[in-house]
Amino acid sequence: MVIAESITENLVRQWLDAVKDPEIPVISIRDLGILYDVKVGGDEVVVFILPTYSGCPAMDTLRQDIVDVLKQHGLEQVRVQLKNSPPWTTDRISERGRQQLHDYGIAPPQDKKGQPIACPQCGSSHTICISQFGSTACKALYRCEDCLEPFDYFKCHV
Amino acid sequence: MNKALEHYLLRLADTALTQSQRLAEWCGHGPFLEEDIALTNVALDLLGHAKLLYEQAAEISDRDVSADDLAFLRDVDAFKNPLLTELPRGDFAYTTLKQYFLDQFNVLLYAALKDSQYEPLAEIATKALKETRYHITRSRDWCLRLSLSTDEAKQKIQAALDDLYFYTPELFETDDDLNQLIAESIMPDLSVLKEHWQGQVDELLNECQLQVPKSGWVATGGLRGEHSEHLGYMLDDMQFLQRAYPGCEW
Ligand SMILES: [Zn+2]
Repeated sequence: MVIAESITENLVRQWLDAVKDPEIPVISIRDLGILYDVKVGGDEVVVFILPTYSGCPAMDTLRQDIVDVLKQHGLEQVRVQLKNSPPWTTDRISERGRQQLHDYGIAPPQDKKGQPIACPQCGSSHTICISQFGSTACKALYRCEDCLEPFDYFKCHV
Repeated sequence: MNKALEHYLLRLADTALTQSQRLAEWCGHGPFLEEDIALTNVALDLLGHAKLLYEQAAEISDRDVSADDLAFLRDVDAFKNPLLTELPRGDFAYTTLKQYFLDQFNVLLYAALKDSQYEPLAEIATKALKETRYHITRSRDWCLRLSLSTDEAKQKIQAALDDLYFYTPELFETDDDLNQLIAESIMPDLSVLKEHWQGQVDELLNECQLQVPKSGWVATGGLRGEHSEHLGYMLDDMQFLQRAYPGCEW
């Protein structure tokens, strides 16, 4: 079935705002910067995704979520293609995405060298790294020395 | 070129897969929780590298195979990893030092492969390098912490060095296929890489005050599919499900 002309690539992008990262369900794939491109042509839609970490186990779930969301909008032929280039980096996370991470209790990546990593609970910059390897590949484990709460830090990936 | 390239992609993929599997064996057995998580995180990254490399190998292969077929349906003599990555995981000192040797190798290798004339490999290397940089920070730190702590820790990591050291030259072995790829700038000259690797390793071992063993049996064979008995047991574990229930998915 040929896709209606009214379905533009921009519209599909907007619909994809409903797709969240399976492991951090507050941030959309668009704000996380892994939604690279959308192509609408002939009878199919192709969604290009930049995986965060090469071993990320959430990719299959993500693929299914994209297909499901677009199906709700009547798109039957959806192909999700993973791309390694350009490589995903944390620079791709939007300002809104950073705020969403913070509100969810994850310290957003601190791209500027030397900047302290602030505790997402109390805002203190008196924090220490417990382990560079946290609950998922993209996060490190930190602890706040003021409120004593442990927290996740979204690692810089540049 | 395809035959040589497939051979090298499998060398890289098999190395990452076997290294990943050995690290994954630590799941639930790490010395403490954070370290348990770190070991398995690194294992997961390596599994990701293996997956990308197998997919590329499958794509260029003349045979009709998938990445999963390559990982789960080949026998010992088809695997091309160096013997180092198939050695049993040993104790934590052993795993740590082995990991450091491999991380140091991977950091240099992927940094060089970023410039590969074969674009898909350059892309994979760019991605893998970012992750490997986190790995080496950790394994390097642990080598220092173990070597410079109690007598028992020092003794264990020295024993690991005595055992592992002569498995490392194999990382730099080449054959006709690989030499062809080096000539075509698809992969870096491993003899140059070896010099850099040796420089970095010597520096760390010196800082750790460890004694490099004088001589020993030098491992070889992986590229030709000649392996130790350990690989068979590993594949047995890893491939059991696909062998018993072909095509099974979950
Ligand atoms: Zn705090």
